Amino acid sequence: MTSTPDVIVVGAGIVGAACAHYAARAGLRVTVLDRGPVAGGTTGSGEGNLLVSDKAPGPELELALKSAELWRELAERLPHGIEYEPKGGLVVASGEAALTALRTFAAAQEKAGVTVRDVAADRLPDLEPHLARGLAGGVHYPQDAQVMPALAATHLLRASGAEVRLGQEVTGLLTGPGGAVRGVRTASGVFHAPYVVNAAGTWGGELARLAGVLLPVLPRRGFVLVTEPLPRVVRHKVYAADYVADVASDSAALQTSAVVEGTPAGPVLIGASRERVGFDRALSVPALRRLAAGATALFPVLAGVRVIRTYAGFRPYLPDHLPAIGTDARVPGLLHACGHEGAGIGLAPVTGRIIADCLTGAQPPVDVRPFDPARFEGGTGTGAGAGAGA
Amino acid sequence: MARTPGELAGARPGPAFEITVDGRAVSALPGQTVAAALWAAGVLTWRTTRGGGRPRGVFCGIGQCFDCLVTVNGVANRRACLVAVGPGDEVRTQEGEGRGELAV
Amino acid sequence: MVTGVFDLVVVGAGPAGLAGAGTAGELGLRVALLDMAEHVGGQFYRQPAAGLGAARPEALHHDWDAFVALRKRLAAGRVEHLGRHHVWAVERGADGDWAVHAVVGDDGGDGRPVRVRARAVLLAAGAYERQLPFPGWTLPGVVGAGGAQAMLKGGLVLPGKRVVVAGSGPLLLAVASSLASAGAEVPAVIEASGYLGYARHPRALAVNPRKLAEGLTHGAALLRHRIALRTRSAVTEAHGSERVEAVTVSRLDARWRPVPGSGRRIACDALAVGHGLVPGIELGTTLGCGTRTTADNTLALHLGSGQETSVRGVWGAGEVGGVAGAQLACIEGELAARSIAARLGRDPGPEGRVRQLSSRRTRLRTFAEAMAATHAPGPGWTGWLCDDTEVCRCEEVTAGRVREAVADQGARDARTVKLFTRAGMGWCQGRMCGAAVSCLAGDGQPPAQRRPLAVPLTLGALAGQGPEDASEPSQSQT
Repeated sequence: MTSTPDVIVVGAGIVGAACAHYAARAGLRVTVLDRGPVAGGTTGSGEGNLLVSDKAPGPELELALKSAELWRELAERLPHGIEYEPKGGLVVASGEAALTALRTFAAAQEKAGVTVRDVAADRLPDLEPHLARGLAGGVHYPQDAQVMPALAATHLLRASGAEVRLGQEVTGLLTGPGGAVRGVRTASGVFHAPYVVNAAGTWGGELARLAGVLLPVLPRRGFVLVTEPLPRVVRHKVYAADYVADVASDSAALQTSAVVEGTPAGPVLIGASRERVGFDRALSVPALRRLAAGATALFPVLAGVRVIRTYAGFRPYLPDHLPAIGTDARVPGLLHACGHEGAGIGLAPVTGRIIADCLTGAQPPVDVRPFDPARFEGGTGTGAGAGAGA
Repeated sequence: MARTPGELAGARPGPAFEITVDGRAVSALPGQTVAAALWAAGVLTWRTTRGGGRPRGVFCGIGQCFDCLVTVNGVANRRACLVAVGPGDEVRTQEGEGRGELAV
Repeated sequence: MVTGVFDLVVVGAGPAGLAGAGTAGELGLRVALLDMAEHVGGQFYRQPAAGLGAARPEALHHDWDAFVALRKRLAAGRVEHLGRHHVWAVERGADGDWAVHAVVGDDGGDGRPVRVRARAVLLAAGAYERQLPFPGWTLPGVVGAGGAQAMLKGGLVLPGKRVVVAGSGPLLLAVASSLASAGAEVPAVIEASGYLGYARHPRALAVNPRKLAEGLTHGAALLRHRIALRTRSAVTEAHGSERVEAVTVSRLDARWRPVPGSGRRIACDALAVGHGLVPGIELGTTLGCGTRTTADNTLALHLGSGQETSVRGVWGAGEVGGVAGAQLACIEGELAARSIAARLGRDPGPEGRVRQLSSRRTRLRTFAEAMAATHAPGPGWTGWLCDDTEVCRCEEVTAGRVREAVADQGARDARTVKLFTRAGMGWCQGRMCGAAVSCLAGDGQPPAQRRPLAVPLTLGALAGQGPEDASEPSQSQT
């Protein structure tokens, strides 16, 4: 049948859009399915952080560095509407001990290929005039950038030329002889293709279950505060050094180091708390309070600025805090591209590239073994499900 | 039949006082909101939008639409339809987000 | 009882909140009554500020005696009125009680944050006006119909000398009659629906003679002031450069599509416009309270027979349960108070009273649904939008941009339109553009009323919102 695509991507968030984009560029015919609208899940709640600064040397940093490069390319090709801003990150330390730890961390990152610039305390106001006085110093990461996630997703999809079918919830996987994937079933019909990519974000674990395999994707809630529209008050992505420890933490408890950044649209975004409480959207006043306290500690001028909105999003995470990217050895024809936790916007392009390379038999740009989707099978995953659910 | 709202309600307001609107002296009555004082003075707009620079004033009148935001005594983004006016208040037309002084 | 914890917090001091707080006070409950305005009354009983020395505030009101009676009951009971309190969130406490978070001041900008704790919450936050955009609606001199009424009642001022009143719903008649009484010339009331719609609900009319009388009063006022009522018509454009100078009124078909060539200009220097009211329910939706869709496609809180929401411990009364007017609000406020008293182990008063109120409530709700159905916006209204008509006033997003998001970018609902276009992301958080964006998104759903922060507050106030800053009942009197 001429209308049968080469690959079906499940999920029209940023990762699904990037998979569709790079697969289409590799010459494949792509159909994207989503149960909701474009960017209806975690993508629509994201701040659009494209960060290398918060990643320790290792496989995720390798992904992030490659992805930062791909984002720069995409920014050239896609419309300005995606609001790509190569603004750089600034990590600050409040005391000498934190500064020493930050510098050690940055030195290791530099060896792994990250551009880092030490910023002495008295130079901080040059980078961020409104930053609180009395900080011990910081590190500037010029490679950090920002994008408007929902617009990036829709523009990536449009540029891909993929067929996008929205309102299609996948209810089952079609398999053939030997268990190989033949397509998917949705509430309204069947879609055939020899390959299916699981880019379902927080719901990626559910899709894996439909395929009969384990992929323990779990939600980690985050609140974001949005201020009234302002002129440019904050130039970089600015956060305190303890954010890195929060990102890497295995704790289920609330962690709230604030990341503060301006946006082209005007509001300052303050993100993001991290809590493992399942899919609970209930407002957490303590989480908001701590975000506000963190932001005003970094930028005292914000104390008089009004916050007009807050929202919760759910980061899809896997127990070892690495995404699942690539072919699933357990189900021929099934690929995964999910579990990026809070880094999905940043890591989307490299994820799309790897998926396209897997589909076409090309050599992926990074070593993909750490992201093997089957790594949690048989209890080998580290502490699957620990602290999750409520 | 009454010819003014004040006549209709039998208003006997306290003594009028002066405020300034973009430096111009305007008379106001005790108890009025900034918006009511400005309407009484024939002023309908006191803000220009961030994008198109277009004039805005009261729309919903009950504090829900935020169209009537204005700078009062140097504080931006006050809702003119809620904030009571006081003697000597300096009301300034607010341009855009009204926070130009914060720009870096 | 634990010191510092009220029995009941009532949010909103309009008719529903006043009746609820007053009744609860009479039944022996310790009540805190919070409202953003300095004085009680809400929008319906909004009155001129004391400084204006109005000797006849009742001249601007319908049913002023009822308000005087409500105020008296409040003074008699154990009700602490906290004016100028803007509630930004209600939070479930650890011990089954509730924390109501507010900021204080005319516009919430002064002073420190306040937390009021209580064993029960009554949401009576009222409603705000629904707006449907049209070319020129951002011109100076175009104001909400309810807004014109509020400015008149509270500030004794008018938006212009010659004011066209337009939109849909019974509020328009009240507004036109007030404006005319206060000296404005009102050349016409332009109503998009046909009042004949009521004839389709004869029973609702027959059992609500008082509503009929109200209608006749307004009709008589229109006649007295020589105001023309034009039904099945809408203002489809406002003209002017510095301010509105004229409006174009077009005939509408049954689906509210403007009839081509039917436009006629009316000269005016102001336009008061609105299409009914939208229940203010965000405090409830944040708590997870269930909602229902009303006959005119707004979301209202789903309320049980005792006015309790689907969240145990949280009650609702008045417009939050569906827009139905002051008379029903008073009944529901009282019913809620009696139900709350019973829950807290107090005597809720005579059973007969509850039965009587419940049956009046049913009758008035029936009428309200008939009214909502009669004035519900028809789907064809988007026909009067041009692509360059601003839909979102805050973020200056045009109808064309919204249509592009839907047609080309994969937006299938209002939330995604908002993400792609910023419509609804500004200061008002979609209160003004919500109805329009939902229609243009084409998902057929009423606008979601999800605003976890019900009002803006400064980051400083939010950061200081710790238990140590909490206002206790004994200190919070203003």
